[in-house]
Amino acid sequence: MTEADTGPDPASSIQRRHAEDEYAAELAALAASDDPPRPPGWKLSPAAVITYLLGGTTEAGTPITPKYIGQRRLMEVAVATLATDRALLLLGVPGTAKTWVSEHLAAAISGDSSLLVQGTAGTPEEAIRYGWNYARLLAEGPSAAALVESPVLRAMSRGSLARVEELTRIPSDVQDSLITILSEKTLPIPELGGERLARKGFNVIATANDRDRGVNELSSALRRRFNTVVLPVPSNVDEEVDIVSRRVAALGRSLDLPDLPPAADEIHRVVTVFRELRSGMTEDGRSRLKSPSGTLSTAEAISVVTGGWALAAHFGDGRLRAADIADGMVGAVVKDPASDRIVWQEYLETVVREREGWRDFYRAARDIR
Amino acid sequence: MVMATPMLLGVRHHGPGSARAVRRALSACRPEIVLVEGPPEADPLVDLAGHEDMRAPVALLGYAAAAGAARAPGAAGPSRPNVRTANQPVAFWPLAEFSPEWQAIRWAAANEVPVRFIDLPVAVRLAIDSVEHQRPVPAGIRVDPIAALAEAAGYDDPERWWEDAIEHRLSDADAPGTDVDQVTALAPFAAIAEAMRAVRASNPPQPGPEGLDQERREASMRRALRAAVKEYDRVAVVCGAWHVPALSDPLPPANADASTLRGLPKIRVTMTWVPWTHARMASALGYGAGVSAPGWYHHLFTAPDHPVARWLVRAAAVLRRNGTAVSSDHVIEATRLSETLATVRGRPLAGLAEVTEAARAVLCDGDELRLALINRRLVVGDRLGRVPETTPGVPIVRDVSAAQRRLRLPPDPLPREIDLDLRREIDLERSRLLHRLLLLGIEWGQTLPQRRGLGTFWESWRLGWQPEFAVDLVAAGTYGTTVPDAAAARVAELATAAASLADVTTLVERCLLADLAAGLPGLLAALRERVALDHDVAHLMEALPALARTLRYGDVRNTDTGALREAATGLVTRICVGLPGALCGLDERAARAMRERVDAVHASIGLLDDAEAATRWRETLGSLAAVERTPSDRTAPGAPGTPHGLLAGRLNRLLLDGGVLDADEARRRMRLTLTIGVPAEYAAAWVEGFLAGDGRLLVHDERLLHLVDEWITSIPQASFTEVLPLLRRTFSGYSAPERRMIGERAAHLGRGGGYEQPGAEPIDADRGGPMLVTVARLLGWPHAG
Repeated sequence: MTEADTGPDPASSIQRRHAEDEYAAELAALAASDDPPRPPGWKLSPAAVITYLLGGTTEAGTPITPKYIGQRRLMEVAVATLATDRALLLLGVPGTAKTWVSEHLAAAISGDSSLLVQGTAGTPEEAIRYGWNYARLLAEGPSAAALVESPVLRAMSRGSLARVEELTRIPSDVQDSLITILSEKTLPIPELGGERLARKGFNVIATANDRDRGVNELSSALRRRFNTVVLPVPSNVDEEVDIVSRRVAALGRSLDLPDLPPAADEIHRVVTVFRELRSGMTEDGRSRLKSPSGTLSTAEAISVVTGGWALAAHFGDGRLRAADIADGMVGAVVKDPASDRIVWQEYLETVVREREGWRDFYRAARDIR
Repeated sequence: MVMATPMLLGVRHHGPGSARAVRRALSACRPEIVLVEGPPEADPLVDLAGHEDMRAPVALLGYAAAAGAARAPGAAGPSRPNVRTANQPVAFWPLAEFSPEWQAIRWAAANEVPVRFIDLPVAVRLAIDSVEHQRPVPAGIRVDPIAALAEAAGYDDPERWWEDAIEHRLSDADAPGTDVDQVTALAPFAAIAEAMRAVRASNPPQPGPEGLDQERREASMRRALRAAVKEYDRVAVVCGAWHVPALSDPLPPANADASTLRGLPKIRVTMTWVPWTHARMASALGYGAGVSAPGWYHHLFTAPDHPVARWLVRAAAVLRRNGTAVSSDHVIEATRLSETLATVRGRPLAGLAEVTEAARAVLCDGDELRLALINRRLVVGDRLGRVPETTPGVPIVRDVSAAQRRLRLPPDPLPREIDLDLRREIDLERSRLLHRLLLLGIEWGQTLPQRRGLGTFWESWRLGWQPEFAVDLVAAGTYGTTVPDAAAARVAELATAAASLADVTTLVERCLLADLAAGLPGLLAALRERVALDHDVAHLMEALPALARTLRYGDVRNTDTGALREAATGLVTRICVGLPGALCGLDERAARAMRERVDAVHASIGLLDDAEAATRWRETLGSLAAVERTPSDRTAPGAPGTPHGLLAGRLNRLLLDGGVLDADEARRRMRLTLTIGVPAEYAAAWVEGFLAGDGRLLVHDERLLHLVDEWITSIPQASFTEVLPLLRRTFSGYSAPERRMIGERAAHLGRGGGYEQPGAEPIDADRGGPMLVTVARLLGWPHAG
């Protein structure tokens, strides 16, 4: 099988590229005109990392797209934390761009966002420390060659950032294996009679879900190694519409969806519905609403619009219409078939029905039962 | 070192860096007189500022000397929109330790250099304010000049620009004992003056009252400056940076200023120092100085070195006191983070924004609640000022201290409890004073549930005098010069602002407790208006109890309550008209709330002692209680048309207790309800309404108990589990002995043994008669006997 069979260019056939590849041009442009001193092991200066995250233009005039839309101070604290070689803990409800921010931080600072440990209830200690290639271990005994490095160990030797997703889902004893790594910046390997020292530039970004706090609460010893940044839900409609439109456009490109005319109205509608149900109050502040059991994050709003886009492009008339988003919307809101359905019906009948210009959406949503 | 021109120290009001710079400039140049932006009437008070008992934050207070007696605040009706302007005009000039003006005054006092205040006299200012109906502006900032400069420098927050560009650069050389030459000491002020000249050139004075005010103030400053320059060689002026260009050479001709100031109105004013708090300096509050972080500024001004580390150590201490474990390592990391953050942001030194971020991320683990604690305790702070004993007093404060002496009720900070017997004149006076202070927001006393006796003439209080009350009292002085006047004005203001009818009636009650006859007419007008406009019977019902209590206790307190009685009777009429609609179509929870209201109104009617109102209420209850359930609304217990079972039962019980309903009829209704045709839940709710609260009925009326017993045994098994919790709730409300007695009775039901039928034995009227007479006498019925 030749390359011609799989596609014209292997890079473009990758479903989702790492941030450092996707935005390689921007990172290169930033590095080219980056004068301020860089912390040891960093690819960019802190100021350039913030520009990369929040958008702007380089001194040479290259435009940088914003990766995070929200308060500047949050990104400043995050970058300053990593510059003081303290570990960074990003907290927030699902869908507040925690993973997104950590990936881009790793891409901008280390040029490598792939050193990732996904936290689950079954994450073993080997995922954070090291494991063994047992065939080799049995054949040759403990040796460096038989060692299977974890992403964290690899990050230590390379002096780059390691990412731990969903830290609070990891069992407490496994979590605590991070303590030595973070405080001593070293990992003893008693089997080889030595240790692995972290190079400058090594650090850890962890994300955790606010709602999960009770799952595996961090021990205070571990907690102490982290600076905490809480990522909030977007503060107003315009900000959230901005986030959704940008992400939908970016996703549409990477999923090769046929081009659609911009559909600001429908995006605004999705965001409004999500915000109202999430906050339990209409945007005009007049009536109270019940909130469904799901989190209704911005990320879900993005997937509702992307889904609607796919529907419109492949089955519709090429324009994003109310009916295209209604389906995904009901699916996003109604997570618990009993109670959420009532919440949704109430919302439809009391708020959507009365709202001017929302007739089409009301009809479309009502037909989905 | 002779100064040809006066040195103009343009400052940012309440800027700690400015304060340091002013102190440095004054000690370097040693002027012979210091002119300070402030009211000239305060000149005689300057000596007090150097007193050893004086402690910032304090405020200069100016108030009209004889206003309180001339104006009766109670006359201001609640319909007037801005009651405060009808009160005594006052103005405050708050000064904290870190205020440049305060530092200038303290320096002058320590070096025995005279101080003169050079702003527009407060006499003129208050007179103009009362004519033009404007609030006095404590510190005049026409346009925010700093904001314009900061914007030009690319800062979004003017405070940060000032900190970066001036304060952090100025404070470097400010080590104690360092001699700074005059040029260095004055350099920043020259730069500020230059900048202000540019800002003022691009912002010409606005026509209208604002521009006029600025012209008058600056004319007044120039006049004082000319006078000082004639007398002294070395003159220093400490004023807002904005005014510096107006005071620079060449000054305009003196006669132009004289004509600006000619013919301005004046009133007689008195000035004094009053203690102040940091919380009151914060911008969110009434007479704030626009300083959002007085605690932080105070820290910056007083911390000898390492301001950031010291601040974070204090923040950690605050968190530790509240039970959060914060280690020294946390503080180290927070300090590192705030310094790195300052570098990332390109600032010379970490400021409040950086230390707050660091505290949030490191000390508080991102928890906003803990951060709010740091904000309250440290950033704003609870520092309280103090003035010397010899300071002339504020009228309302004098009034309170006089009352405290007269009533032998010293302001003791240790909490203690007292019982007042309102039949004694002195206790009645004490009670009035405490109630009036409560109305003014000074919670010196807290009313306690009555501890002694059951009479309405006992009142219990817990007293505890907080030092901040002195400040609160001064602020309350804006309402009037004596406690009764101020309280009455406050009541009028509250009545206008009251959101609901119940708020107004509560106010009426408090007003009568405080014996504020002056406030009452306005309150009653507000009450009538709200009663007429309120459509919700529930609100009306909530309003009645307070009125009824007031009427009842008015006698004890010798207040005239004729108009109030009228209002209460009107309220009863409206409640009776609206009640049938209000009882229907309620769900379980609403019915419970309504039952409480019905009970409260019922009790209030008893207190009112008004035969007509009582009859009307009884008739309304009677007609509602007699509504029988028709088979058609069998499905839903709360169907429209019939009251909820809970309420129906309760109404019948009230009527039975009131003697309107005889026992046989009550039993008939109960039997009717507890039949198979009525859903068990409705019946259970009815039973709960009828029986709840007092178990004696079941103990003594065996036939009722029998009915209940029969009904319970006839409930089908399917609905029994649903009804059981409702029944349990009813019976768990009884006292243990009552439950035991009911249980015993129920055990013997139908067996006939042991217990006699109540009423079986005839009452012996001859033997019972004398006892009834005695009871009637005890109850105070004159016609008995």
